[in-house]
Amino acid sequence: MAKIKYIEHNGKEHEVEVQNGLTVMEGAVQNDIPGIDADCGGSMSCATCHVYVKEDWYNKLPKKEMGEDDMLDQAYEPNSNSRLSCQIMVSDDLDGLSVYMPEKQV
Amino acid sequence: MIKTDVVIVGAGPTGLFCAHQLGIIGLKCEIVDNLDKIGGQCIELYPDKPIYDIPAVPECTGEELANNLLEQIKPFNFNFHLNDRVQELKKENDNWIVKTTNEKEFHAPNVVIAGGVGSFEPRKFPTKSAEKFDGTSVLYSIKDKSIFKDKSVAIFGGGDSALDWAIELSNTSKVSLIHRRDEFRGAPVNVQKIKELSEKKIINLFTKYSIKDVIGNGSLEEVEIKSEDGESKIIKADYVLGFFGLIMQLGPIAEWGLNLDKKTIPVNTENFETNKKGIFAIGDICSYPGKLKLILSGFHEGALAARGCFKYARPNEKYRFEFTTASNTIKDRLGVK
Repeated sequence: MAKIKYIEHNGKEHEVEVQNGLTVMEGAVQNDIPGIDADCGGSMSCATCHVYVKEDWYNKLPKKEMGEDDMLDQAYEPNSNSRLSCQIMVSDDLDGLSVYMPEKQV
Repeated sequence: MIKTDVVIVGAGPTGLFCAHQLGIIGLKCEIVDNLDKIGGQCIELYPDKPIYDIPAVPECTGEELANNLLEQIKPFNFNFHLNDRVQELKKENDNWIVKTTNEKEFHAPNVVIAGGVGSFEPRKFPTKSAEKFDGTSVLYSIKDKSIFKDKSVAIFGGGDSALDWAIELSNTSKVSLIHRRDEFRGAPVNVQKIKELSEKKIINLFTKYSIKDVIGNGSLEEVEIKSEDGESKIIKADYVLGFFGLIMQLGPIAEWGLNLDKKTIPVNTENFETNKKGIFAIGDICSYPGKLKLILSGFHEGALAARGCFKYARPNEKYRFEFTTASNTIKDRLGVK
């Protein structure tokens, strides 16, 4: 279980507890948190669950697997702190993680 | 104008199997899809990815699934209208008048929306200033490459579309290629070629840059690009091309007066009809309690929606349930003995 903070582009914060084994994307969708569309349902095919993760946490997260950066090329305004939230698996180690939403997903 | 029993919006697996079910019960349909190929997400998003949960098919790729479905509906000779999008639905007496972007018009008592998450559209530049040049000098696809001859062209993107066009246009245009990181996702042979062209100064390569602004009075003159640490550069450009893949957008479906729940259309589970009589929704785009976004669910939904269509297409006939194993009528329709 990890407490995760989802911060909308307008600054509105949503802090929820997400079970281990779910993805950060699923944590948002299951809790009706706006700003993460996840059109493809988590198959790394759409880049609509894009989030920014600040350096301190970005470096702690498991590294991106092949294909994630390719998908991120197609996201809205990606930068070097960008991740697809469907590819971040929740574990106890992620307790206290904050993710920032882009202005929009498409 | 084309008269038919059913217009199917979307040529993904769900739409294709619904067409099969319509053929089996003796109805005609026309299938419209915004993509230039048949198969929907299966073909556009994951043609090579294996799928493991199609009943009785232990493993197949998206492309194989689409091809098999197409094979299965071959006997019915249904028409596909690709590269076209249903724009408008209007009720006239017992028919829906369906109009497309390519100005086709269908008259049918039934419309089945099998639109997935919406239609695939090119992802556009985030910069507001790009909008005013959209379709003239800011482009997301190329119809006529001769317009670029002897012009300056700035191409954005790191996939094969961007690389292919950068290579091709570098023969006759001054090409700049801009990508947000220094790795490309295109085929190795393309990446190698781009590096060679860049070393020979035939193309200008800018990696770790993205678009900041497009500048021009009347016609496009320059494009400003920025690096992540805020440094910016100006490049001369008569045309700006963006290849960032496709996104799915609900598009005109949102304007047809249907009840919507987020990006989905609520239906009843008896025949998958929406709040509008004669309009059905199946597959990923429909929602109901317990909905699973699986291809197999889409097949079931399509089979029931097809029977729902029968009622409006043949108001004076009673639908009779038959098995394909036993019915000679069905065998005739399939052209088998």
